[in-house]
Amino acid sequence: MGELQSATVSRGTPAAPVMGNPVNGRFGDFGGQFVPETLVPACQELEVAFTEAWADPAFRAELDHLLREYAGRPSPLTECARLSGELGCRVWLKREDLNHTGSHKINNVLGQALLARRMGKTRLVAETGAGQHGVASATAAALLGMECVVYMGEVDMARQELNVFRMRLLGAEVRPASSGSRTLKDAVNEAMRDWVATVESSHYCLGSVMGPHPYPWMVREFHRVIGEECAEQFRTNVGGSPDYVVACVGGGSNAIGIFSGFAEASTRLIGVEPAGGAAVGRGVPGIVHGMRSYLMQDEFGQVEEAHSISAGLDYPGVGPEHAHLSDIGRAEYHPVSDAEVIEAFKLLSRTEGIIPALESAHAIAWVSRERKRLAGSTVVVNLSGRGDKDVAQMMDILGPELQGGTPSSGQGGGS
Amino acid sequence: MSAAVYGVLETSLRERRELGVKSLVVYLTGGLPGWMDMVRAAADAGADAIEIGIPFSDPVMDGPVIQEASDRALAAGATPPGILADVATLDAGVPLAIMTYYNLVYRFGLERFARTASEAGISGVILPDLPLEESGEWCVAADAAGIETVMLAAPTAPAERLPRVCSRARGFVYGVGLLGITGERDSLASSALDIARRLKAVTDVPVLVGVGVSTPAQAVEACAVADGVIVGSAVVRRAIEVGTAESVGSLVAEFRAALDAKC
Repeated sequence: MGELQSATVSRGTPAAPVMGNPVNGRFGDFGGQFVPETLVPACQELEVAFTEAWADPAFRAELDHLLREYAGRPSPLTECARLSGELGCRVWLKREDLNHTGSHKINNVLGQALLARRMGKTRLVAETGAGQHGVASATAAALLGMECVVYMGEVDMARQELNVFRMRLLGAEVRPASSGSRTLKDAVNEAMRDWVATVESSHYCLGSVMGPHPYPWMVREFHRVIGEECAEQFRTNVGGSPDYVVACVGGGSNAIGIFSGFAEASTRLIGVEPAGGAAVGRGVPGIVHGMRSYLMQDEFGQVEEAHSISAGLDYPGVGPEHAHLSDIGRAEYHPVSDAEVIEAFKLLSRTEGIIPALESAHAIAWVSRERKRLAGSTVVVNLSGRGDKDVAQMMDILGPELQGGTPSSGQGGGS
Repeated sequence: MSAAVYGVLETSLRERRELGVKSLVVYLTGGLPGWMDMVRAAADAGADAIEIGIPFSDPVMDGPVIQEASDRALAAGATPPGILADVATLDAGVPLAIMTYYNLVYRFGLERFARTASEAGISGVILPDLPLEESGEWCVAADAAGIETVMLAAPTAPAERLPRVCSRARGFVYGVGLLGITGERDSLASSALDIARRLKAVTDVPVLVGVGVSTPAQAVEACAVADGVIVGSAVVRRAIEVGTAESVGSLVAEFRAALDAKC
């Protein structure tokens, strides 16, 4: 009855604005608060605390100050002349890669760390995939003098050694998640287990627009700054709104952030998933990590393991608001392959002098593949992070090709 | 109220309480090699009810022992319909409950799961990631099929919450003995007695304490207040380390003897 039931439940209230606040902790049929009883009071307290803080001008002023003076906002909107020339459409990048710590993750983490301090919590617990959210969490903890424990899958610790070192340098403790697929999903499990045991002193600093209510909503609000800045920059620099806004989607926080600036515009919103972790594309509704959303699972409901070249998108679920945006047709979600991502990684590096994070390269890959469809259009890509962290991994893949051999003799695409 | 309004599980636990006997509920992971013999052995050794776990890929409330058991059972091919079909052939002589995570039930279909479990002889269902606020749809299906939904009550619950949790509890109220996940601990947390006391003050439903009840002595300690205990990881560790029904039965017998002698 599960799926049938979710199909017959009313799809939100008809008057609800696109990307408005959740109703009863849900975006349409998705979301909720499916957590162990131990955590229910903490989720409820968090909702109250966030609601109060978000309406408090002093809190907003302190966060704005940190975003500006510490994280380096606003991030630029860069027009890409050479890439545009190559693709045949006008492409801009929203440069979240230029934020302190190298990705959009700092927006959310500064917000949550300030909120945790306001709630009297002294310890941050975080999960991380590629390490970007872990590094951002460790950074915020160092800034505010808080303890920080980051859970990271063993597989990811091996492929993102640099970020593991950065977190430790910043004073955080990195604990391996050694169960299951030993990637992001398992890091979330371990972080939730930690939180169940330490909820009185710890805040779970969740890194995406997923998990139990109020996280999907709160994390979106902390990333709303991306979309608001971008809409204003585009209006001022170009005029109007872009035809397309494109962002990669794992849990989906950078995408939700930039989408939120264009919810009411005629802009087409495109989420790009890894082919091996396409929860919206391949998933069916399920319940894990506190939320009802699209989930890659087998016929019995066991969660399947995602497989992606990018640790940050290696997640079998997706934030509930993305599931809702897909359901109502406001955003569309498409998969790209690892091979397409590798080509996009090279393409942006070569044409613009910008090495993207492998996650962000998914969005570039979709634009590159769909160049015919996009001919003559205006396209904004959220460049959610920089690629320094991925260079060691890419050396293994591209090394032979880039070490002076002829391109045709390389082994690009192999891994 | 007549006893007839209670389900099989709750009726049984209430009778134990009226007789002055502390209840012993044992958890075993379904699908482990030899698990059905272990269930029978636990019942024969004096368990008053058995919780059968249906293993889930992402058990966030469970510690290393039950995670390991779940992984082994899944690797051995355990599935929800397979375990329910096995349960239907199991005559343990005590009430049985299913403990699993909500996605497996949701995927199976709420009504279909409740009906299939009931037809297999299951009395109760425990879903540790389905809190009161989200339990509405499931409880409708469970009630219709005569399945008793055991609710969990945690140390973090504010005072006003406990009566609401208890009023929706069938079978028994599962008092979470500590802040944390399942697993053995060196001593019983003081929160175990606290939650039992708080629950006993607001409900007539049998109050059992689980999570962190690891030894017969700790079970006796918890039962100074609680109507009984749930023992999971200690038994499951026997099931995966020794792996025989006899070893499971002998551990359950130790718990039974301690509760009968000292409570």
